[in-house]
Amino acid sequence: MTGLDTVVAYLRRHAAYLVFAVIVMTIPAYLSDSYYLSVLAFMATKFMMAMGLSLLLGQAGQISLGQAGFVGIGAYGAAILTTRLGWDPWLAMGTAALVSATIAGLVGMPALRLKGYYLAMATLGVNEIIYILLIQLKGLTNGTDGISGIPPLSIGGLSLSGPRAYHLVVWGVALLMLRFSLNLSNSRVGRSLRALHRSEPAAKSLGVDTSYRKVQVFMLAAVFASIAGSFDAYYVRFISPESYTITFSIILITGVIIGGLRTVWGAMWGTLVIVILPELLKRVNDDITNLVFGVLLVAIMVLWQGRTRGLWQMVKERRSRSGPGGPGPPGAGE
Amino acid sequence: MNFEQFLQYIFSGITSGSVYALTAMGFTLVFNATQIINFSQGQLVMLGGMIAVGLYGAGAPLWGAFLGAVAIVVLVTVGFERIAIRPLLRKGVLAQVIATVGASFVFETAAMLIWGRDAVTLPAFSGEEPLSVGGATVVPQTLWVVGLTIVIVVALQLFYRKSLFGKAVRACAVDATSARLQGISYSRVVIFSFALTGAISAAAGVMITPISFMGFHSGSLLGLKGFAAAMLGGIGNPVGAVLGGFILGIVEALGVGVVSAGYKDAIAFVILLLVLFIRPVGLLGAKMVNRQ
Repeated sequence: MTGLDTVVAYLRRHAAYLVFAVIVMTIPAYLSDSYYLSVLAFMATKFMMAMGLSLLLGQAGQISLGQAGFVGIGAYGAAILTTRLGWDPWLAMGTAALVSATIAGLVGMPALRLKGYYLAMATLGVNEIIYILLIQLKGLTNGTDGISGIPPLSIGGLSLSGPRAYHLVVWGVALLMLRFSLNLSNSRVGRSLRALHRSEPAAKSLGVDTSYRKVQVFMLAAVFASIAGSFDAYYVRFISPESYTITFSIILITGVIIGGLRTVWGAMWGTLVIVILPELLKRVNDDITNLVFGVLLVAIMVLWQGRTRGLWQMVKERRSRSGPGGPGPPGAGE
Repeated sequence: MNFEQFLQYIFSGITSGSVYALTAMGFTLVFNATQIINFSQGQLVMLGGMIAVGLYGAGAPLWGAFLGAVAIVVLVTVGFERIAIRPLLRKGVLAQVIATVGASFVFETAAMLIWGRDAVTLPAFSGEEPLSVGGATVVPQTLWVVGLTIVIVVALQLFYRKSLFGKAVRACAVDATSARLQGISYSRVVIFSFALTGAISAAAGVMITPISFMGFHSGSLLGLKGFAAAMLGGIGNPVGAVLGGFILGIVEALGVGVVSAGYKDAIAFVILLLVLFIRPVGLLGAKMVNRQ
């Protein structure tokens, strides 16, 4: 096999990823509108959060309604360490991610022994406790007033407060995470996650340490969320607790379901929907955003019917009656 | 904390505990019929309170507003069951969670669009003149709340134990398939359970509104606490739901006295996590919970 063949084979295998990366990274070359760039910047961080959830829910089949809590830890960790202690923003981001991973590990160990509703409720409870702490630890978090004056990111003394430079960095990190997630789901780890999704006893009998793997992917999702939260804090330069409620966790998980659970790419489609839809609704009437969103949630779920596939891939699938033992949705096998 | 203060906290705990108990009861009724946890449960309580305020403001007498709110919320829950629940029966936890959360968004935003963003209240059912009990003061509304809660709980127990249809509902809770084989109409049981949940939730909402006000956003926290109460007592067990509600209310009230009012809302979630991690079947639960 010649060198050229290897290159061609590589390009073929990763064509979708490479095309996507090129498109995303060249956007600032021809787009200068600051509104659209800011929508894209938020899309990048929501994509990171959704990717973590996609690995957790799509690959491993574990529900989390607490992703926003870890986003909050990332944002507040970054904000507190930079504004109070004057740390470097990147170092603060890394430290916050470490804190998120630790908390996720400590919470995940007991929580991930639970299934279905119980896991959903436990993660939801964790999110709510984080939210209450963000409000109540006033000395640290400044309560409901939030923290302002967060410094922007910079690389080697070069400030990234401009929307174009920020775009390249935030999407650069998002693309790295996507590559990592795609590699992960194609690896032995990804296969063992999908195996425990189908049947935990079966995966166990084949030598997969299921509880270890579940906690691992839960921590990974928390790290993704935390990094995304830090990015948002550096971009908006202001944070307050109400961005990290359960409602946001639910919106994220809905995005992942709409996009499709089978591959991490689903997170991208889902992110498009949960970012663009509210922006469109806001133009009509801000008050009805949640009303329309609620109706859509119900409608999408009634259409989706809890299958493993996302809504996009559902078209080709015939409505088949799968009993509660079949290759059902996460948490369906009682 | 002296005895009078202690008593005061206990009374306030029993009052909020009544509402948690009724909310937990709503979770239990729906869970037993469908194995679904209805995340819009708290919003049904909120709707009850808001509708009653709306009707009262439109000139209805207090009892008329109460009954009207109950009737309207029953209609809402029955419609909700037809549209969102029936297609999702046994379709997996995730779809059910998100559909009911979606419904909670709808109820909440609808309430905001109809009644605005301000918290509203109702006059107390029988005056505001406080009573003194053992050095602590009690508003008469507290007696209404606790009294009506007891009446509802006892009536439900009688219905489930004595009437034929009540027994059918219990049969479905144990095993829906076998119940259907016995000729019980499962869909009637489900729709009835939802209607009953709507009625109980609305009643709880109307009763508590004179004491604690009601705003479009009040429902979500009430719902989560009701769920914590249901889990504490043992999900699926109506007696447990009532017990869990009162325990949660009292612990929360004492927590305000001992710790701080700011962390009041966290108490329910700490209890919820402890129950889930240590004893997922709850205090009175016997049914084995599906955990690894």
